[in-house]
Amino acid sequence: MSDHNSNSRGELDLSVYREEAPEHAELEDLSRIPADEQRLLRMTGVDPEGKERSGSFFQKDHSVVHCRSQFDGAEILSASVARDKYEGLTEYWGKAVPVGKDVYTKRAEEHQEHGYFIRSLPGAKVHYPLQACLYLTEDKLAQDVHNIIIAEEGSTLNVITGCATSPQVRSGLHVGVSEFYVKKGATLSFTMIHNWAEDMAVRPRTGIVVEEGGTFISNYICLMPAKDLQMYPTATLVGEGAVATFNSVLLASPGSYMDVGARVILKEKGCRAEIISRTVSTGGSIIARGDLVGEKPGIRAHLECKGLLLSDEGFIHAIPELKGKAANLEMSHEAAVGKIAREKVEFLMARGLSEDEATSLIIKGFLSLDIVGLPEELKAELDRMIQETDAEAM
Amino acid sequence: MESDVIFDIRDLHVWVSDREILRGLNLQIKQGEVHAIFGPNGSGKTTFLNAMMGFTGYRVEGEILFHGRDISRLPVDERARLGIGLSFQRPPAIAGVKLRSLIETSSKKDGDLLDKYAERLNLTGFLDRDVNVGFSGGEIKRAELLQLILQDPDIIFLDEPESGVDLENIALIGEFTNELLGRSPHPNGERTIKDLYREKRKSGLVITHTGHILDYIDVDVGHVLMEGRIGCDGNPREMLGTIRDYGFNECYRCFLREEEDVRS
Repeated sequence: MSDHNSNSRGELDLSVYREEAPEHAELEDLSRIPADEQRLLRMTGVDPEGKERSGSFFQKDHSVVHCRSQFDGAEILSASVARDKYEGLTEYWGKAVPVGKDVYTKRAEEHQEHGYFIRSLPGAKVHYPLQACLYLTEDKLAQDVHNIIIAEEGSTLNVITGCATSPQVRSGLHVGVSEFYVKKGATLSFTMIHNWAEDMAVRPRTGIVVEEGGTFISNYICLMPAKDLQMYPTATLVGEGAVATFNSVLLASPGSYMDVGARVILKEKGCRAEIISRTVSTGGSIIARGDLVGEKPGIRAHLECKGLLLSDEGFIHAIPELKGKAANLEMSHEAAVGKIAREKVEFLMARGLSEDEATSLIIKGFLSLDIVGLPEELKAELDRMIQETDAEAM
Repeated sequence: MESDVIFDIRDLHVWVSDREILRGLNLQIKQGEVHAIFGPNGSGKTTFLNAMMGFTGYRVEGEILFHGRDISRLPVDERARLGIGLSFQRPPAIAGVKLRSLIETSSKKDGDLLDKYAERLNLTGFLDRDVNVGFSGGEIKRAELLQLILQDPDIIFLDEPESGVDLENIALIGEFTNELLGRSPHPNGERTIKDLYREKRKSGLVITHTGHILDYIDVDVGHVLMEGRIGCDGNPREMLGTIRDYGFNECYRCFLREEEDVRS
């Protein structure tokens, strides 16, 4: 991988990316965008019609072209606008992800162009998800965003984030600092689907703080190639009985490099966490990380990384880590990397499926995690995406 | 009539690694006949069926003629599509693949039949579960039958259909095995039972260690498999009676005598 624009520690040469992008005009109606772009958005879980959505945010390069809320219990704004409105958001900005954490968080602070701010009001039950789309249309552009989500006390909030590049883009850089706050007794379900151009470098930096009795659910799906993707969101459970779940589904084709994991720090009694990943390599490289840190008695946490390696090219490196710091806690992990069992392929062939059909059915089954908390409609969408994932690539 | 033979195995030798498991096996199955193969553990029964399906790990010599065509070099799926079906003794679990979608992919029959048969096999709730994941022994066998009934093969191999099945389930499994083999037709307005028999009767081969399944399904011809060869052909009930009373030792005695005859 000589053309890989990063060294072994995942550091990129940032000088190759452009900072300036043309302004894009505001869009009243997302469904007016061209059909091929609509299709792209749909593949990231974003509905251009806004049907069964409580609100939409659409950022094209550096411009927020659309931002509407259709529900009184939730607001959706550009993060920059929200900072002006709420005295700099000082309680939140840089609190879950320190600004100086690494070179990417630093550059996001210096170069930040919007990102979304989503907040559910106290006690609000936001039934339909809010959707946010971060879209790149300029080749070699660096997009630096800062996102904030706040689920206020006792509220329920669903967010779908789709990140995509337009068909003419080959390479670029996306840096996203995301800070999520789940207040007392609130539930935030966050689903992110990535659909990048092949040569994209992607550096999300995410921190989540969950208070007493709060629940955070993250679903991350990347079935398209990504040349250099590195993310390791960290959830800190600071209140008793807080819960965090991370589900990840990754498919790495040749040339893809995905270093993806999740960390949960369980700081109080009765906190629970689960990290589950399903990864498939058809020749790409995957590092599947998971780290659970239990600090108080009565904590329960489980980590599961399962990988299917279908080629001698590439690799899957599962790195599950557990750290218990108190007696009377229960933490476990399960990791497996392997090929498809011949026995399963032949069982399906005995039912009349060709070898390719059988293999692809097994892979699709492997990837279709039963994700708890995923909206029904999005679950159907995810199933469809997995079904439509190029069988050739498998 | 010789032309009635749809499955004809001639001088079959099968090796697993370097070990010869089947050593010159001959067997003919006619259209509409159901055969049973008895045999002690390790006699090569499952190896025989796996070699018939063309699974990997078996080196095969000899001929396997299906409708007169040698299928011994064909891949598994081509054999299945020609009309050969197998009920596995222990099929694998396939996570993430719903029983319904597997059957809809492999079925030759129309959609509403699936729900109808699933209901009759007490499997309605299982259609939206992952194939064999967390199924009990009886549920696995019922799911196998459901898949095969909709796959609708011309010849069906059943590998120990009673293994892992409790008494409550075994009658149900017997009933649907008969149905799968076209042996329990229900008369209707246009066709008599006799018509239906002629149209629907399938061929079958049941592998059984205990023979319990024979209390529930009709079998025409029995064989004993010993040391990689078919030891004898006969009335399956009489053979089973002998095996139940005297064990396979009696078969073995007889088998050795015949082996001597062959050699001399």
